[in-house]
Amino acid sequence: MTLLEARNISKTYAFGEAEVRALCPTSLKIEAGEFIAIMGPSGSGKSTLMNILGCLDKPTAGEYLLGGVDVSSLSRDECAEIRNKRIGFVFQGFNLLPRTSALENVELPLLYDGISAVERKDKALAALRKVGLEGREQHHSNQMSGGQQQRVAIARALVNNAPIILADEPTGNLDTKTSAEIMDLFVKLNTESGITVILVTHEPDIAAYSRRVIRFLDGCIVSDEVTKISKDKQAGQRQAAHSFSTDP
Amino acid sequence: MVNIPSTIRLSFRALRVNKMRSMLTMLGIIIGVGAVIAMLAVGTGARRRIADQISSMGSNLIMVLSGASTSGGRRLGAGTQPTLSLTDSEAILKEATSVQDVAPSLSGVGQIVFGNQNWSTGVTGTTPSILDVRDWRLSSGRTFNADDVKGANKVCLVGQTVVDNLFGDIDPVGQIIRINKIPFAIVGVLEAKGQSPNGQDQDDTIIVPVTTAQKKLFGTAFPGMIRLIMVKAGSIEDLARAEREITDILRQRHRLGPGQDNDFTVRNLTQMLQATEQSTKVMTLLLGAIASVSLVVGGIGIMNIMLVSVTERTREIGIRMAVGAKTWDIRLQFLIEALLLSLIGGVIGILAGITVSKVLSSIAGWSIIVSASSILLSFGFSGMVGIFFGYYPAYKASLLDPIDALRYE
Ligand SMILES: Nc1ncnc2c1ncn2[C@@H]1O[C@H](COP(=O)(O)OP(=O)(O)OP(=O)(O)O)[C@@H](O)[C@H]1O
Ligand SMILES: [Mg+2]
Repeated sequence: MTLLEARNISKTYAFGEAEVRALCPTSLKIEAGEFIAIMGPSGSGKSTLMNILGCLDKPTAGEYLLGGVDVSSLSRDECAEIRNKRIGFVFQGFNLLPRTSALENVELPLLYDGISAVERKDKALAALRKVGLEGREQHHSNQMSGGQQQRVAIARALVNNAPIILADEPTGNLDTKTSAEIMDLFVKLNTESGITVILVTHEPDIAAYSRRVIRFLDGCIVSDEVTKISKDKQAGQRQAAHSFSTDP
Repeated sequence: MVNIPSTIRLSFRALRVNKMRSMLTMLGIIIGVGAVIAMLAVGTGARRRIADQISSMGSNLIMVLSGASTSGGRRLGAGTQPTLSLTDSEAILKEATSVQDVAPSLSGVGQIVFGNQNWSTGVTGTTPSILDVRDWRLSSGRTFNADDVKGANKVCLVGQTVVDNLFGDIDPVGQIIRINKIPFAIVGVLEAKGQSPNGQDQDDTIIVPVTTAQKKLFGTAFPGMIRLIMVKAGSIEDLARAEREITDILRQRHRLGPGQDNDFTVRNLTQMLQATEQSTKVMTLLLGAIASVSLVVGGIGIMNIMLVSVTERTREIGIRMAVGAKTWDIRLQFLIEALLLSLIGGVIGILAGITVSKVLSSIAGWSIIVSASSILLSFGFSGMVGIFFGYYPAYKASLLDPIDALRYE
């Protein structure tokens, strides 16, 4: 099942007279349950693509379909709702709220989904358990290591049962060992829960966890290859349970 | 749908994080609201005081004083030349249709002796109708009557201050006092009235029949005449007409030709007091306007701090947007924060204003009234200031671009 489909999307920024092309016209199809790594040198347009895929940004031209719906025509608030319900972001810099407990950080997407306080807490605790952070619910972000903060961010991405996780250099600020732990977590979420994971990385070691690698250069896709096929079938069976309806 | 209780909790926390800053921001509102409350309290107190004094003077009162206030360009003290007589007073009552009652009066200072106590006070010779004209009542005894006036009897009514100073615990009714060495029997005690608009103790007085005053006490300066006539008009609307009628009647009786000045002076006390009341009203309004300006300045302070806060928390806003906060989730978050600042400031300001009013009233020795409406008014006003000045920063926050916001350092 096609989860995301980009049709000739491009992004240009105008600098007075000059134009910067951040993304060439790009077409891309992503199936539910995939685990994709996006690689490429700095400034090649990886983050630009991720932002468009995550409904944080809109392409200058082209169509982007999320679960069959053309997102480019949606309003600000409709995009916010899609981000809330279907997409979990994980950032390089963690992007947790300061002076706020892990629990409250994880509850945040539920707060904007109008979920009751009791249910919010239950779901957030479950998500924190899933990323191995039980007992740290009340810790604030400045009381946690980078790896723990990133786990909180992943729990936040999971908590509203979003079928897609978009991670822009999630291990960029972490050491090798912690990076491996975080990647194991992504693999677990992908294989056990069927969540589609798309991550950006500069490191081949990290890309090796994925099953499909898309390479960028100067805003264009230069290669798109499936690197592992062994688990595809397994994952494919679980996808069904986590696919979502196509109406927004 | 926006989750209001969570948003309020969130805003409280945001304000607590910057306690000092929040307090300083509120200060503008605190001072503004405190000033509004105190000004209104002082103004209401002053107006109440004047209203009380007006009613203590007697309602719809006109004073007719003998003697012109000006004569041939020369200023003369009203009430210094004997030109009014008892028959003038009777004529006014009989002929002026808008006049309800009159009380002629001849007064002076008397040295009062009772036993070994003595006291100096104002003694007024008048008729029993003074009680009606001045809206006065007796707290004990009886008033003197028409026969007492006709017979120039040596009877008197005493004010509360005189009683307090001469009698202590003794019941004054039936006692004999000496006024300028002449013995008078006390027949009644006047109810306490308090201060007059010009600060005189209205209870420091003794009332005797006008004829007795003329013949026994102050007759030499005003032989057969009286110093003033107190007139009570039927209603406040009748005051102007009564004044005209009195003037016409007296001019005719005193045979004054068209070119001649009045040899008497008519003063309308109620109108005078109403003018005073009007001016305190204007004063209150002015002070209220000044207080409102400080409230607006407080509002600008809130706007300033909220703009700073939005900029400081750009990244937080980006994070919230990334996880699904909609336009109004963000807008309300900042709006409620501004509203809380102004409302908490408002409540503290109200308490401060009440305290200041209490202190002022104990210093001024003057009743100051904090009305419920002034509290509601300033609370509502501070809420409006919060919304008005908080809206723009909240609006700005809600329209940030999520990507720019997330990238903000
Ligand atoms: N808001 C912007 N205004 C102008 N140009 C932009 C903007 N955002 C990105 N760009 C440009 O678009 C191009 C692609 O940027 P992008 O952030 O997608 O690169 P990236 O592949 O994520 O790089 P990195 O690996 O360093 O994160 C860059 O040349 C960048 O300068
Ligand atoms: Mg990037």
